[in-house]
Amino acid sequence: MKMEDIPKEELVLSGHSACQGCPLTTAMRTVLKALGKRTIMAIPACCSAVIQGMYPNSGVNIPLLNVPFETTAAVCSGIEAGLATQGIDDVNVLGWAGDGGTYDIGIQALSGAAERGANFLYVCYNNEMYSNTGVQRSGATPKHAWTTTTWKGKEEERKDMPSIMVAHNIPYVATASISHPIDLYEKVTKAKSIKGTKYIEILAPCPPGWRFDYSKTIEVAKLAVQTRAWNLYEVENGKYRINATIRRPKPIEDYLKLQQRFKDAVKDTEKVREMQANVDARWQWLEKMVEITN
Amino acid sequence: MLGREEIERKKIKEEGTTVIETGNHAVSLAAKFARADVVAAYPITPQTQIVEEIAKFVENGEMNAKFIRVESEHSAMAACIGASATGARAFTATSSQGLLLMHEMLFAAGGYRLPIVMANVNRSLFPPWNILVEHSDSLAQRDTGWIQFYCASNQEVFDTTIQAFKIAEEVNLPAMVNLEGFIMSHTHMPIELPMQDAVDRFLPRREHLWKLDVDNPGTFGSMSNPEYYVLMRKGIEDAMKEARTKILDVNTEFEREFGRKYEPIECYKCEDAETVIFAMGTIGKESKRAVDELRNEGVKAGVARIRLFRPFPEESIKSIAEGKKIIIFDRDCSFGKGGVLSTEIRSVLDKPASSYVVGIGGLDVPYTTIKKCVERANGQKDEWITEVHP
Repeated sequence: MKMEDIPKEELVLSGHSACQGCPLTTAMRTVLKALGKRTIMAIPACCSAVIQGMYPNSGVNIPLLNVPFETTAAVCSGIEAGLATQGIDDVNVLGWAGDGGTYDIGIQALSGAAERGANFLYVCYNNEMYSNTGVQRSGATPKHAWTTTTWKGKEEERKDMPSIMVAHNIPYVATASISHPIDLYEKVTKAKSIKGTKYIEILAPCPPGWRFDYSKTIEVAKLAVQTRAWNLYEVENGKYRINATIRRPKPIEDYLKLQQRFKDAVKDTEKVREMQANVDARWQWLEKMVEITN
Repeated sequence: MLGREEIERKKIKEEGTTVIETGNHAVSLAAKFARADVVAAYPITPQTQIVEEIAKFVENGEMNAKFIRVESEHSAMAACIGASATGARAFTATSSQGLLLMHEMLFAAGGYRLPIVMANVNRSLFPPWNILVEHSDSLAQRDTGWIQFYCASNQEVFDTTIQAFKIAEEVNLPAMVNLEGFIMSHTHMPIELPMQDAVDRFLPRREHLWKLDVDNPGTFGSMSNPEYYVLMRKGIEDAMKEARTKILDVNTEFEREFGRKYEPIECYKCEDAETVIFAMGTIGKESKRAVDELRNEGVKAGVARIRLFRPFPEESIKSIAEGKKIIIFDRDCSFGKGGVLSTEIRSVLDKPASSYVVGIGGLDVPYTTIKKCVERANGQKDEWITEVHP
């Protein structure tokens, strides 16, 4: 597939109120192009709740319900059931939440919906923090990253949310990046064709939150993949597959040094070594998972 | 061959009948007769039997609905909101801690103006653990934009639940039907069940105020400036006002179809009374016995059982209370203020009243206690009765 094959019709309209260089509008645009107009979306409290615009205007051209922070997946369960009782079976239900709404406050509802096998696609756009409230630490924030609630850098590792979703035995789990739109488009298209709960997590580097230049969003996202800080893979019915094989990874420093949130961490060679070791171990783990499950 | 239960069910379907059922099953039956499309619920004592029975109805095909076995009450209401937002008829049931967990979502349902119906089985709040009746759980939801009914018999529970769907859908507000833990939830009483087609006639499908529709996409609940926000919030208040008359209209229509009616306040011997008791739920029923005993002793008493708490029937309370000595019983407490019901009633009266906090944590409130409280009423404010026989 080529970029030209992605539909031209825009379901995220111009006039939205995202920051310049915002990754999430790029992500939402691609996801909605893949899902198409017959899609209903639920969005909790997050940047997307602001970016869509102020009432009575809207920057999203599909039915959209804004929901309380922790309820995205539960509301999607209800939407799915409501449509089913009316005999509507050709509408995609999309839960669209940030990492705070997914890893932390929304994990219970998401776990419940996944365990019930609710038929919907859950997309987590992961900017590794609570960005809407001004850069606070979340369960997705990487170790050593500065946030406004971890001034000296986060002391803990992030959770492995995709693995948590895989452990729910759902038919499809994938990671994606805004720097790889075709990969993202294809993953959403695949998820759309599968019945049950589908989970896609998109890395969304946030310029004001990660402290890098507004023009470098795609570059940072690309470097995340090239350094193996963010791996593109999918797990279909338990079988792992790597979608972007990085043979000669760049050193993790290349990725870290662009981001001011790691400015103290990169000065500490021990921390950089630790982060490099984590990334290497993660890749080995991923290759092992591919081997074991195929 | 059909079992006894199946024969019973078949009979109900065909001709309408009287069954002896618990308050909980009265709710399940009402949800079935109302043809709820989506039920999302979580178990909690003493509500659990409601959803167990609904699960059975759905699994054996008696009820054409989706039953979502959610992982919490918070998600139960979230799922009801999602379902209702597609235009489906949504129902849930809960109690006590479950209702408290839902609190945020109750505001959401009210704010979205979705006609979700819920049964709440009144139960005390933790800590310490206590599963018996108290009204504090639902009264803590006073300001959430939900219509609230309090019932005192299983027939009333069934009928009010059916009515609640119609009222909710006509004014676009969610409605809560309260029944008391164990005293009603687990007590068998006769219930006259209607014919299904009569309920269908009474409760036709109605378009919601708005819905999630791919052919007519809209964005709901987005950021709003105060200028819009205030109008949407005022819309809830206006709908509550509209509900005051709609509730009466629906009741009239209900009486025409089913021969039973329920005023917002059920009065017993109030007209010629010199003393009127105000109470909700079964204490209102128990008070009838106290009234009879008092009258035998020459005290002209009456009881006004408040069935409708939101919208609050202020005008009716004023006219019932006119020229009478007032005694209020609360089965709840707002710590630091006293009884919630007494506070509300006092706000519409222009004279003093006596009030008691009774039956906390399911402490029994026999008619003898009610009688004694009436006899020694002298303007006390929310005096706690902490013994069964004070």
